[in-house]
Amino acid sequence: MINLVVLPIIVPLLIGTVLLLFRNNLTVQRIGGIVGALLTLVISVVLLTKVYTDGIQVVTLGSWDAPFGISLVSDMLSVLLVTSSSLITFVVLWYSVYALGEERERFFFYPAVLFMLSGINGAFTTGDIFNLFVFFEVFLMASYVLIALGGKRIQLRESMKYIIVNIVAAALFVITIGYIYSVAGTLNMADLSVKLGEIGSMGVISTIAIMFLVVFGIKAGIFPLYFWLPGAYYAPPLPVLALFGALLTKVGIYSIARVYTLIFTTDVAFTHDILMMLAIATIIFGSIGALAYMDIKKIIIYNIVIAVGVILFGFAAFNTTAVTGATLYLVHDMLVKALLFLMIGVLILITGKTNLREMGGLIRHYPTLGWTYLVAVFALAGIPPLSGFAGKILIIQGGLEGGFVWQSIVVAASTMVVLLSAIRIFIYAFWGSEKPFQVPPKKTYSQYMAPVLVLFALAVGYGLFIEFLTPYFLEAGRQLMDPSFYVNAVLGGNN
Amino acid sequence: MEIMMAIIAGFLFSAATYLILSKSLLRIIIGTGLLSHGTHLLLLTMGGLGGNKPPVVGEGVTVADYADPLPQALILTAIVIAFGVTAFALVLAYRTYQEIGTDNMDHMKGRGEID
Repeated sequence: MINLVVLPIIVPLLIGTVLLLFRNNLTVQRIGGIVGALLTLVISVVLLTKVYTDGIQVVTLGSWDAPFGISLVSDMLSVLLVTSSSLITFVVLWYSVYALGEERERFFFYPAVLFMLSGINGAFTTGDIFNLFVFFEVFLMASYVLIALGGKRIQLRESMKYIIVNIVAAALFVITIGYIYSVAGTLNMADLSVKLGEIGSMGVISTIAIMFLVVFGIKAGIFPLYFWLPGAYYAPPLPVLALFGALLTKVGIYSIARVYTLIFTTDVAFTHDILMMLAIATIIFGSIGALAYMDIKKIIIYNIVIAVGVILFGFAAFNTTAVTGATLYLVHDMLVKALLFLMIGVLILITGKTNLREMGGLIRHYPTLGWTYLVAVFALAGIPPLSGFAGKILIIQGGLEGGFVWQSIVVAASTMVVLLSAIRIFIYAFWGSEKPFQVPPKKTYSQYMAPVLVLFALAVGYGLFIEFLTPYFLEAGRQLMDPSFYVNAVLGGNN
Repeated sequence: MEIMMAIIAGFLFSAATYLILSKSLLRIIIGTGLLSHGTHLLLLTMGGLGGNKPPVVGEGVTVADYADPLPQALILTAIVIAFGVTAFALVLAYRTYQEIGTDNMDHMKGRGEID
């Protein structure tokens, strides 16, 4: 049982590798992909309860003592994210069986998704900064394959840009690792936390902190580093877009949260202030983008940017309330963004278009889709009984506690923009005069809707039954705000 | 020696930046190659250039003589990753050239088909 932490990384990796051998057998590919994601989900739920009852779980690979070997650490934040990404991968794979098209499925789609899940889970779990880089590359490489798979013109063009941006970001990551190694002489995050705490506040450490913010900011899509995101996410087919939108930027957010709560806590007045300013700017620029477009994909893509800003505001406010809220909101946002993208997929299946002006009057023919979409939008905006509310209210409360008054007002106001931008899709596509649309076969429609409704039930349930989940998030906030839990779990008595 | 290496790495970074900002796709990929060379050199330098013996256990070699083995392992990992990514980028650039018929990044604009 001690190796439980490793399993969410190993299981998708192994199953993905096996699937490489059966390229032409579509049934094996589909079943293997879905079973792989489901198995990972089950393991991560077991791990979640284990972390909740027994505290932070640590595995030192090869039994080398902590600062010398690589340690994998599952604290509450990481295991919550591992669980939600496995869940989302499972639902999206189920959806892609119907929505992706056989041509793409035959070219290693399922192995690529499983490899991506493996890399994402690894990035959430690792306790070593260079190992984090390697896991970043694992899921990025899989995402390059997924974004280019199919080889349409737009995909080729955008994947070229996406790859170049990420190559530069990866190089910056290695440079930053080189700097931090020369300052601290270690790569283990817990050890770094101790060593940098001993050195105290020093100019070069703040510089490295900002370099990490740039590196992870490119992945997370914060202002002014989100320039690649709207174009790149527009290119891939919708199941892939749902995976990217729900998972990839969140790894960047997680990494910022990790290094800014564990490692760089000595000069908070400087580093976290910059993070705060960037978070606010991200919210504002994301809002402008979300309001500017009449294209359904673009609207939701810019909503990713807004959510990134809101979550990072929580981590920048840097008190237990705000950090707990940010964790809650992070998981909520993963679920709801995946849900919205899948719903957009159904909408595109029905209308064959992405421009809102060419749609209208769908509510009479597709009431289930219409009303569930409306509820999903309310959840996204954070209307009280639904899932976005608890997280955002804690983030704002934490922001006010930290004395960030006008910043908290911006966060609260962004809710209006989110609601307006997403409800426009509802008003244009579902109300109004009927515009011509293709009628997909009843069977195809219900096949698309089944995973959507499952995810919808989960997202709504996450809001309605939040009090059962709150203890987990309170624990996550407590662990994040006190790095000694993490450090003691990894370094044990040596410290 | 470290200063010398820092200057070389800095020169590589500036050349890489210049190339990545150019229009031709191939020049951009050459730029990323230079960029990863620069980062690997920097990683080696930041580990410290002390130690005149390779990190292999041998007779009559004391701990002070060894070069730091950790940056070398990191670089080896980073080289392989950069190699894989570069190979993918090159093939993708080739496919892009075949499909779109240009290697000029300025010409890769416009709305594509919806999928």
